[in-house]
Amino acid sequence: MKSHRKIKRAQSPLQLALRRFIKNKLALAGIIVLVLITLGAIFAPLLSEHDPTYGDLLKIEKVPSDEHILGTDGSGRDNFARLLYGARISLIVGFSAMLFTLIIGVVLGALAGYYGGKVDNLIMRLADLILAIPFLVLALTIIALLEKVTITIFVTVIAVTTWPSLTRIVRGTFLSLREQEFVLGARAIGASDLRIIFKHFIPNAIGPIIVNATLMMASMIIIESALSFIGMGIPQPTPTWGNMISEAQNIRILRNHPEAWIPPGLGILLTVLAINFIGDGLRDAFDPKSNRR
Amino acid sequence: MTSLTQNKLKKEKLLDVHHIKKYFPIKGGILKRTVAHLKAVDDVSFSVLKGETLGIVGESGSGKSTLGRVILRLLDPTEGEVYFNGDEISKLKQRQVRPYRRDMQMVFQDPFGSLNSKMSVAELIEEPLLVQTNLSKQERKEKAIEIMEKVGLRADDRLKYPHEFSGGQRQRISIARALIINPQLVICDEPVSALDVSIQAQVLNLMKDLQDEFSLTYLFIAHDLSVVKHISDRIAVMYLGRIVEIAPKKALYENALHPYTQGLLASIPIIDSDDTKLERKKIRITGDLPSPVNPPSGCPFRTRCPLAHDRCSVERPELKGPENDEHLVACHLYT
Repeated sequence: MKSHRKIKRAQSPLQLALRRFIKNKLALAGIIVLVLITLGAIFAPLLSEHDPTYGDLLKIEKVPSDEHILGTDGSGRDNFARLLYGARISLIVGFSAMLFTLIIGVVLGALAGYYGGKVDNLIMRLADLILAIPFLVLALTIIALLEKVTITIFVTVIAVTTWPSLTRIVRGTFLSLREQEFVLGARAIGASDLRIIFKHFIPNAIGPIIVNATLMMASMIIIESALSFIGMGIPQPTPTWGNMISEAQNIRILRNHPEAWIPPGLGILLTVLAINFIGDGLRDAFDPKSNRR
Repeated sequence: MTSLTQNKLKKEKLLDVHHIKKYFPIKGGILKRTVAHLKAVDDVSFSVLKGETLGIVGESGSGKSTLGRVILRLLDPTEGEVYFNGDEISKLKQRQVRPYRRDMQMVFQDPFGSLNSKMSVAELIEEPLLVQTNLSKQERKEKAIEIMEKVGLRADDRLKYPHEFSGGQRQRISIARALIINPQLVICDEPVSALDVSIQAQVLNLMKDLQDEFSLTYLFIAHDLSVVKHISDRIAVMYLGRIVEIAPKKALYENALHPYTQGLLASIPIIDSDDTKLERKKIRITGDLPSPVNPPSGCPFRTRCPLAHDRCSVERPELKGPENDEHLVACHLYT
């Protein structure tokens, strides 16, 4: 049988979601912005020949010039180089903290939602405990107790303090899936617990997990900046956007050197906005019914 | 079912259910203590012979679906034993039940909820083989195509997803999934009640044909007598977690003993006038099913029974055969 029409291949629900996502203009803009920022972070050494941690004490707080496009900071470090390398730290911290939280959140949420009973009780009460303490207080206490804060430790602190919200979402999704007939069906054919979790639960819960993980990455970047701003984040001289704004906690710099703090502020704003647009786009793509407007 | 196979397999019990009870605890109060039990299945015994179809009929909430799930060990019974091919399976650990799942399969009611929407038809149908056998990818594919053609699906549809199919087609996928590992017993939990009437007949006929071809034994759960009439050899009527009457199909339709069964028969809409030859006892069931948490004392049906008398509220009637061992009824009218 020959037909001039192209035979349409069957599309999996995931492919359908991707299609809907690409049609979303705001989300696509978010992707483009995020890709540009990421490229800037990756190719930082090519875009600026300055060392972001090297301070030339003879060139403190210089105004922008050909050599230093955005001038220098209070220790004579090149602001443009710090902006680019700061993007690295922000993205690395945001992404790895999100990934770490995702692993803890999905594993604990899956255990709680799948097995229920005592396991569920134990995990959820632990989550309640962490949620009961204001995040900033908890994070600051842990950081204050540690002697030296490296990026790894910092990411761990964020992950350990933020997993409960994701765990709750995963658990809730799993609990509702547990009552579905197809899960009974999988048990009826003799599928193992692991198979049911990985083949039946996770693919059906992947939408909310991806959406929340994306949105979480945005808030992780904010957290990093905020902690760095109050001097409790990644210590100087490592360049981060929060550190750069922190340097501008001074009326003189604020007034006379807007080039020192507006770019990192804009960087945070654009990155977070872009990620949030992507997250919203993913939500609409995975669950077209939630499309209010 | 041809008479030839029936004779050959005569009297061999495939499934034997002894005094099965399934109580769901109801937790209440601050301490989450068990305050009451929902008696979904309350002391049910019956057996199913090889190659026959036992229809189980009852209203929603009568415990028929729970019974099916307890037999398959998707739920653990509170009390009682289930013998499958002579092996007691109700006390086994889940891991030990797994090999038995090759021989016992289930077709679920909701054709939209019973298939994982994230898996393609090929994945869905091949999953039992993947879980239960060591067949290679190619062998699984061949078997899947073979069974798809048997249940009336096109082999080209392998790569499609459930959302691209109608309810009837999905139910065919469910049937293919249940039959691909050659089970002996298939528990059908209202497999056609979510389908259009025209599709119902198609699916029922398909199931009958497949029964002959693969010499299957069916436990066929339904909520009205008109559907089971087509497919069953024997029929059990359940009310509030108990079997109130069990009989060969002919005896049940022509000479229903229990007032509840008579009421169910009277509620089947009559279209063809030939059917009216069967003399119908005019019994109308009114009201709703009482709560299985707090069932009536004595006979569970007495609150809705037009023939109830004093004894019914005091003494619980036993399932007995007033005339023969084949036709059992739990009603004081016959004792």
